[in-house]
Amino acid sequence: MIHVLAFYLFAILVVSSGALTILSRNPVHSVLWLILAFFNAAGLMVLLGAEFIAMLLVIVYVGAVAVLFLFVVMMLDIDFAELRAGFVSYLPFGLLIALVLLAEIVLGIGLWSAGPIELAQRAAPANPELSNIQAIGGILYTRYIFLFEAAGIVLLVAMIGAIVLTHRTRGGTKGQNIARQNRRRPQDAVRNVNQPVGQGVEL
Amino acid sequence: MIGLQHYMVVSAILFVMGVLGIFINRKNVIIILMAIELILLSVNINLVAFSAFLGDLVGQVFSMFVLTVAAGEAAIGLAILVIYFRGRGTIAVDDVNRMKG
Repeated sequence: MIHVLAFYLFAILVVSSGALTILSRNPVHSVLWLILAFFNAAGLMVLLGAEFIAMLLVIVYVGAVAVLFLFVVMMLDIDFAELRAGFVSYLPFGLLIALVLLAEIVLGIGLWSAGPIELAQRAAPANPELSNIQAIGGILYTRYIFLFEAAGIVLLVAMIGAIVLTHRTRGGTKGQNIARQNRRRPQDAVRNVNQPVGQGVEL
Repeated sequence: MIGLQHYMVVSAILFVMGVLGIFINRKNVIIILMAIELILLSVNINLVAFSAFLGDLVGQVFSMFVLTVAAGEAAIGLAILVIYFRGRGTIAVDDVNRMKG
């Protein structure tokens, strides 16, 4: 009973905050609704018994992606009212496409439940004795180790790409040039002068 | 009792919501990126639901890779957005025609 209640709570909240994400007038509110949607999706995944993915969702999406969105929305000085100009004119077409898509997906789900596909063999059967994190770690670091490393490479490329795209050298800044400092010898910089008494120093 | 179909319906509604978000916010690329995140989130819910109900862990492993790609995509997309804003002073994407493609 509590399971059913929790499912409907999370499901309704994730759907409604998803709707408010795309409909709200202010993009900062959009990002906040998106964060709520991620939290509720994590709740759904906890209900499914996938605790690791749920925690990962909170850490990666809420901790990194949503904060990145918030940062960009607040950093750029954008006139959002102007960007909303075509909202109403795009709405009927968008709703049409969305309804057709939803009808097709629901039809697909109906067909799927009418004739279940029995998989002959599970690729990685869940062991009920292990916790979710232990089980995922057990296959992620053995059988799927190359995919795991490929995911790391994807993140590395994304990081390098983001840095290369946004990096710019500004003119007029004074930086430290270590090679030039090390090249400098005492005879270039220091001069011994036998200074006569009573005369000013000429530099 | 909550079955697999319930989760699939939630994920389908969320997916459609993401597609609708792309259509109705054609000018605002930030909202478009958020809508793509919603689509990927719905895919993740679907993968995890199937993984849980079929007793197969591969769905959760794959969901992690989807998460990785989503994070990278958001970072690159926002970087492109920032340099576009730096050059043009706006982020209206319906008149992106600099390359005349």
